[in-house]
Amino acid sequence: MATQSLVGTKNRAGQVVTDAWKLLHEAERTPCFYTGSEVIKEAVRRANCDVMIAYPITPQSEAAALIGELFAEGFIGDYFRGESEFAVMSQCAGAAFGGARVFTTTAGPGTMRAMENFPMWAGARLPIQMIVTCRGINSPLSIQPDTLEISYLLNTGMLVWHAETAQDFYDWILKGYMVSEEPDVHLPLALCCDGFFVTHTKDVVNLTPADMCLPPYDPYRSPVPCMDMECPPVRMMRDPFVMKSNYISYATHASWQQEVWAAVERSRKHTIRWLDGLIEVDRPEAEILIVSSGTAVSQGREAQALLEEDGIDVGIVKIKSLRPWPVDEIREATKNAKHIIVPEFNVTGWLAKEIRATIPDTDRVYAGPHVCGGMTMPPEVIAADVKKHLGLKSESLAGRGS
Amino acid sequence: MSTMYQVLRGPEHFLPPAAASMGIRLPDPGQAHIHGKIVNEDEAMEVAARQFLSAKVPTIFPGPLVLWAWNEKAAGKATAIRHLYETLKESVTASQQAMLIPMPDYRPKYPKINPEIEINPNHPNLTIWHNKIDTCMFVGVHCHQANLSLKIIRGGTYCYTIAMCAQAGHEDAMVSFRDATADKIMKLADWVKKLKGSVEPPKD
Repeated sequence: MATQSLVGTKNRAGQVVTDAWKLLHEAERTPCFYTGSEVIKEAVRRANCDVMIAYPITPQSEAAALIGELFAEGFIGDYFRGESEFAVMSQCAGAAFGGARVFTTTAGPGTMRAMENFPMWAGARLPIQMIVTCRGINSPLSIQPDTLEISYLLNTGMLVWHAETAQDFYDWILKGYMVSEEPDVHLPLALCCDGFFVTHTKDVVNLTPADMCLPPYDPYRSPVPCMDMECPPVRMMRDPFVMKSNYISYATHASWQQEVWAAVERSRKHTIRWLDGLIEVDRPEAEILIVSSGTAVSQGREAQALLEEDGIDVGIVKIKSLRPWPVDEIREATKNAKHIIVPEFNVTGWLAKEIRATIPDTDRVYAGPHVCGGMTMPPEVIAADVKKHLGLKSESLAGRGS
Repeated sequence: MSTMYQVLRGPEHFLPPAAASMGIRLPDPGQAHIHGKIVNEDEAMEVAARQFLSAKVPTIFPGPLVLWAWNEKAAGKATAIRHLYETLKESVTASQQAMLIPMPDYRPKYPKINPEIEINPNHPNLTIWHNKIDTCMFVGVHCHQANLSLKIIRGGTYCYTIAMCAQAGHEDAMVSFRDATADKIMKLADWVKKLKGSVEPPKD
């Protein structure tokens, strides 16, 4: 592999190109007290990125602006601001078509405005990494955390991961490139976190050395050629065979779509290797499980401790990857559970729906508690819902009492 | 994920599934797959060679990655492919017709494609039907385009597909190698030569 042969050489910023596995698993780590946005910057510093495109209006995170500093310091090959989210994502596609490693960030209404680009990225097999610092998307506008936008990304053909902590975020930005750039995968990654909770709060994060970086992207391993106006998909955009009304054109398009989802399936083994599994399970033997993703997992852990004080044994399932979706892992983890509680930071409960579509005996699944629009989710609320589901009484929190 | 699905000759379905979505997994380095089952590479070499020798029209489809000498490896593979083709021609009977048909690019070309001189990943069946190809091998085709083709071929034709992939392999082929090199292609030619005369040719 060409990029491996560059291990030990220096990149444009003077960082030593390091085998990715060694960088993430063996290199010395230094604890730092950073905001989530600063953590994104530090991960990108080590990611050997060619291009970062930003849309820094009143941003959900400072990450885009901070990465501008990286450009000034020579860590990013090119950096500029797009006119709108749609423009940013289209420009990301252009850079990736040309063979660059691309990074961008988005959130909330910006994600929705740019949505047309995401299935296009996946269909064109562009391994762009997009950070999604989730916030509210509906009117009245909110810059507070709300994970509804993730549900719109699940069927784009992108890989979708949901980080719980800033440490997850740091590691997964670097690992994300290793998975999404595999030639049998070669898909964009939406790396999501719950905005504000993760981006604006400080936490101790263990960083790899700043003078070491990932191997560069090797576009010659791509499953599609670099951009060529005569080659699909670009050729299709200007002379689309989808316009032709015959079986061949439809079958080609159908086969193309299937290939995107086949690539999502292929990402499974790489994701398992790099993330050490698609899920994480604590106390799998418990009859009551809290199954969630993002910061709802952290709140679930707090609720677990509260319930333990009352003698109620609760297990935790943390879902790290939403695409690929951990079908077998969730079935295995929940096979003995009698009660499955799914707390979420959104109004629709999309995660509970996914889980219900995966396991038998779906009346075990309790979709909730739900908060949205930036509300916090106190662990006491989760604990109260668990008790309610078990038919136990709990103290009144903010309602009429029980 | 365990699966009962097998990657077999078609015509399979109006729209066959991607084999990866049916639980078929790619081989690791040193391995190959036959009909979706992971095997060691030598076993797949023998199956591929036997398949070539028992076909009426065994055909190699070289793609753009080996049709131009854009680096030394590509040139080496092209030489090896030519050697495999010559070996095939020498090893089959008069009733069989070995062919070498390029896939020079990926532009949709129907209905104007000349199926006697090229194949296209968007409508590979035209070339396969026209030339009555019953076994083919993809080599030097970008992985995405190869997968499209292999799936469409499985859906609508009886053609047996072999993939000699330079990357991780193809679930949608009936036999797939990975990490293809010029040496690996030469090794397949050696297998064809070794089995020459021991495989029953097709009956009319």
